[in-house]
Amino acid sequence: MAKAAESSGDPGTTPPRPLFAGLSDISISQDIPVEGEITIPMRSHIREFDSSTLNESVQNTIMRDLKAVGKKFMHVLYPRKSNTLLRDWDLWGPLILCVTLALMLQRSSIDSEKDGGPQFAEVFVIVWFGAVTITLNSKLLGGNISFFQSLCVLGYCILPLTVAMLVCRLVLLAEPGPINFMVRFFVVIVMFAWSIVASTAFLADSQPPNRKALAIYPVFLFYFVISWMILTFTPQ
Amino acid sequence: MATTAAPAGGARSGAGPEWGGFEENIQGGGSAVIDMENMDDTSGSSFEDMGELHQRLREEEVDADAAAAEEEDGEFLGMKGFKGQLSRQVADQMWQAGKRQASRAFSLYANIDILRPYFDVEPAQVRSRLLESMIPIKMVNFPQKIAGELYGPLMLVFTLVAILLHGMKTSDTIIREGTLMGTAIGTCFGYWLGVSSFIYFLAYLCNAQITMLQMLALLGYGLFGHCIVLFVTYNIHLHALFYLFWLLVGGLSTLRMVAVLVSRTVGPTQRLLLCGTLAALHMLFLLYLHFAYHKVVEGILDTLEGPNIPPMQRVPRDVPAALPAARLSATMLNATAKAVVVTLQSH
Repeated sequence: MAKAAESSGDPGTTPPRPLFAGLSDISISQDIPVEGEITIPMRSHIREFDSSTLNESVQNTIMRDLKAVGKKFMHVLYPRKSNTLLRDWDLWGPLILCVTLALMLQRSSIDSEKDGGPQFAEVFVIVWFGAVTITLNSKLLGGNISFFQSLCVLGYCILPLTVAMLVCRLVLLAEPGPINFMVRFFVVIVMFAWSIVASTAFLADSQPPNRKALAIYPVFLFYFVISWMILTFTPQ
Repeated sequence: MATTAAPAGGARSGAGPEWGGFEENIQGGGSAVIDMENMDDTSGSSFEDMGELHQRLREEEVDADAAAAEEEDGEFLGMKGFKGQLSRQVADQMWQAGKRQASRAFSLYANIDILRPYFDVEPAQVRSRLLESMIPIKMVNFPQKIAGELYGPLMLVFTLVAILLHGMKTSDTIIREGTLMGTAIGTCFGYWLGVSSFIYFLAYLCNAQITMLQMLALLGYGLFGHCIVLFVTYNIHLHALFYLFWLLVGGLSTLRMVAVLVSRTVGPTQRLLLCGTLAALHMLFLLYLHFAYHKVVEGILDTLEGPNIPPMQRVPRDVPAALPAARLSATMLNATAKAVVVTLQSH
């Protein structure tokens, strides 16, 4: 505690001291915690808007961004508890993945011209509005993650399902049948579980500890809907 | 001549030099010394005076340029480098005003903190409320408590959407996932929001003690029974099983909602009206989801692909059993009547 109490001891012997004389002797001991941790996931580096990034060639910029996106893909494929995705969030990866998925989920428009357009838009809308809903839900439950960080994580964790879509497309080149369906079903289930594990590894730390299940459940529903879209896709 | 022109009294191209002093007076920036001679002299000053004025102003303009670079407030600096400065200042002002308005509107409408108290739940609470939604309580003498939260109902609506989509899974049929998704989301959210509003309106008419939030929460948790029934019967396609579940599980959740509403309403007519409407809508919605929703889906598929669709692997293709229960008796009667006619004709 403050040592001023000790310096102003000896009640009867000392002459009356001026007011606040002992203030200079006050020191705070190490027992009182006066520092804490602000648990805001922060960005590690801020882009400097000087001429060094403006004057570089377009190829440099694109390669740098692509490398960042590729690094995050690796983090999703091998999910560990790290906050790389949270620290340096970007939305390029989710955009690439969403566009790839939406393009692959289109049917060939041989039978009806209207089939191509709405499906692309539907997948797009579902992915982005689903991610927005999950983010709002986790913020309302008391999580301290920012809006775009959450969008970034959810978008990147669609990567396993995009891989599943690729595999399903390849498998569908073979003859249709129950084995075909079983193979696709198995692949989609495994990738679905992978997506959920990956997003849990990144998102769970930002929630209050007793509400993790409440925040993860809508993520489960979201990836379930995307898996359903992938599984029931049949090109014709 | 003791003109110490203000820095803002720059050379205005085209404007009469006799108004120079007048400008200084208006803006009040810079030097406070105003030359009365210039101000009153509207008939035109002498050229030498104006030459001196312009010279001094140009010198001060060079000095004040550096100062004006840091100056950020919206002072009217119209005289100095008029077009550039003025337009920049105006643009700056407009930007700041627009930004202020936008941030005010944003903080007013996009403030999700309004909804924060309704999401303040623990998993144990959600679990217990889910289980309680199947247990009708008999005490109707005093108002029963309804938890006003939105997390559980929202998640149940999304789960219902997911279950409806899951029920459409099939291996061979071409499905336009987009339309089905939109229909599923529209049906579930439309039911939750629409029927809640309608019952709230009826409750207002019948003088029942319930708020909109409580009604949303009550109906949302009532969808838990629907989720269970549909999840089971989409995987096990037995009609008898569906009717059993419809009565038991659907009936239990309806009874719970009815009991809560009865406890909050006074008067037998009002109770009957309110609870009868809610019970009818809730039970019929489950029937609709199991039977007619498939017809909506098949209708969409029919209009898309034409009549030659490969037969689907689902029980609702079984036409006589696909009719709602209310019309089953009529069907049986018709079949009986037909059988009677056939027997009569054969004699």
